[in-house]
Amino acid sequence: MTTDIISWIAVVLMLATSTAILINRDWRLSLGALAVQYAAAFWLVTRHLPFVMGSAKLITGWMVVAALGMTRLGLSSAESEKEESFLPGGQWFRVILMFVVALVSVGATPRIESAIPGLGWQVVAGSLLLIGAGIVHLGMTSDTLNAIFGLLTLLTGFEIVYAGIESSILVTGLLAVTNLGLGIVGSYLLVAGAYPLEMEDEI
Amino acid sequence: MNAPMIWILIPFVVGFVILFFLHSRFSPLVGGAVSMALAFIAFIFPIDTALLLGSISIKISSSIQFFGRSFSLNAADSPLIVIIYGLAALWFFGTEASGSANRFVALGLMIVALLTASIAVEPFLFAALLLDMAAMLVIPLLVPVYQKPGRGVVRFLIYQTLAMPFILFSGWLLAGVEASPGAIDVTVQAGTILGLGFAFLLGVFPLYNWIPMLMEEASPYVTGFLLWVLPTFTVIFALGFLDRYTWLRTSPQLSSTLQFAGALMVASGGLFASQQKHIGRIMGYAAIAETGLFVLAMGLNSSEIVNITFLLLIPRGLELSVWALALSIIKRKAYSLRFSEVQGMARSHPVTVAALILAHLSMTGFPLLAGFPPRLALWQELARQSPVILFWVFVGLAGLLIAVSRTLAVFVMAEKDTAWKLTESWVQVTMLGLGAVGLFILGIFPQILQPFIVNLPALFNHLGQ
Repeated sequence: MTTDIISWIAVVLMLATSTAILINRDWRLSLGALAVQYAAAFWLVTRHLPFVMGSAKLITGWMVVAALGMTRLGLSSAESEKEESFLPGGQWFRVILMFVVALVSVGATPRIESAIPGLGWQVVAGSLLLIGAGIVHLGMTSDTLNAIFGLLTLLTGFEIVYAGIESSILVTGLLAVTNLGLGIVGSYLLVAGAYPLEMEDEI
Repeated sequence: MNAPMIWILIPFVVGFVILFFLHSRFSPLVGGAVSMALAFIAFIFPIDTALLLGSISIKISSSIQFFGRSFSLNAADSPLIVIIYGLAALWFFGTEASGSANRFVALGLMIVALLTASIAVEPFLFAALLLDMAAMLVIPLLVPVYQKPGRGVVRFLIYQTLAMPFILFSGWLLAGVEASPGAIDVTVQAGTILGLGFAFLLGVFPLYNWIPMLMEEASPYVTGFLLWVLPTFTVIFALGFLDRYTWLRTSPQLSSTLQFAGALMVASGGLFASQQKHIGRIMGYAAIAETGLFVLAMGLNSSEIVNITFLLLIPRGLELSVWALALSIIKRKAYSLRFSEVQGMARSHPVTVAALILAHLSMTGFPLLAGFPPRLALWQELARQSPVILFWVFVGLAGLLIAVSRTLAVFVMAEKDTAWKLTESWVQVTMLGLGAVGLFILGIFPQILQPFIVNLPALFNHLGQ
């Protein structure tokens, strides 16, 4: 019973953090929300995977947050890219989008839970929320850092549900490397173009 | 020794060493030589068979355990390894002439090693993760550290990453389909998710918009390498799915979908290429059209699927390497690949322009060039199965032919009395010359590929048997 309650709290945290990442423009807040999101995802992942394997996902996630944060910290605010989007950029529009994602998740959770029995409502709901939020995020932005946030959110959502159906150590390891790779590639893309030409080493 | 260590671990480690410890001047030579040696070893030494050299017995075992899963390269994989590392060597040797240096060879070797791991990993489904990791390794090559990343790179990263969850999840669904083949809804869901995954990976219409963008933003040589290496392994991965799941292989709906998607790619790629005024984007669209041919080949209702697919794969490596090398040389001179910037360059860079035009013609399926025999085989099969699809393929190829005519016209449109001169270096002339000769040899004597492709159907248990 307590476990279920904590799991629902994790789902609510996921909704809050993914909404925060989507609507706010401050990268510090987004990274903080991403770190909390990984903690919530860790709880749901450990419903199906051993604690150690779940911890690997949590640590990897936090390493990604640290890498992106350190890189972004080293860039001046003048280098931050302006958001380019042809869609309405208002915060309320994004909140409404997240509301739609939440509604879809609520509607789809029972059906998916019956199709894949044993996963648990919280796991399915949390996973759908993050996948939906990630897709919305990717559709709304062309900014590099935000695209990485979207991909990481989407992947976390996928990992939660995939942990329930595949418990291989190799897959867990490769998914961790993929997450870390995304963090490193994101950091590289943030740094690229930020320094003068003389610091460049040839391709 | 075992095969995964030789063809996965060693190139990965060599790539790492080149990246951090070797001077960029020597990297093309070392990387090319290592790739060539790996191809040679795969050609000479059979896997899982003991060889007696004097008093020493050598046996390359086929598999290795890693985190509870197996990586396995067996005797049937040998011809494929020869082809992959042989073509990779060609790309690495060409690096010097293209003006790219250290990081390309190092990361290129690591990418090829990761992709080789993708054909070795068991269950083969996990290859999706390795393909994604390889795609991430390409990013530092596409975006030099002094250049702001463009939209094409970000889209490329998004699409390749999105593919992985779709494919992994579809694998789980497919297992469910196997357990209860009568469940139509699960079958449709699995097929749809799998299709979406491969659509992202291969850049099926309309998900290929990153390719022309990258051809404008990034180095043509690096993008050319990417357009060769990723689709090659993705196609092998896709064939693995067809081989593994009987219902996929025998599904008429899947076959029709693949044929429709392939024809759409060929036709749209060719038609868009004919409208471009940027020779890099033209190459991008030509690569899209050729990927469409792979999709078409996979949709054939024929036992020739494997032969035709691999017959298409080998010339593609050569065509793209020659084309990308020529574009790199032109870009170093003209800075932009727009028609207005490269006009009249046939007089100053005759070998480069000739090689580019030959590679382009080969991709359109021009007779006597490398692309013609595989296309002929594909056309024959398509003519039997769907003349309508064949018509759209010809429309696409006609578009590519228009593009090559326009390109040639721009290249020869020099000012009056401009003298002909050879400004390419001897390395560039040699590499382009060898590539162009290779295009003719593969076109006139396609049977020289026979020793390599004759055993390739053995890679698959059911497909093409």
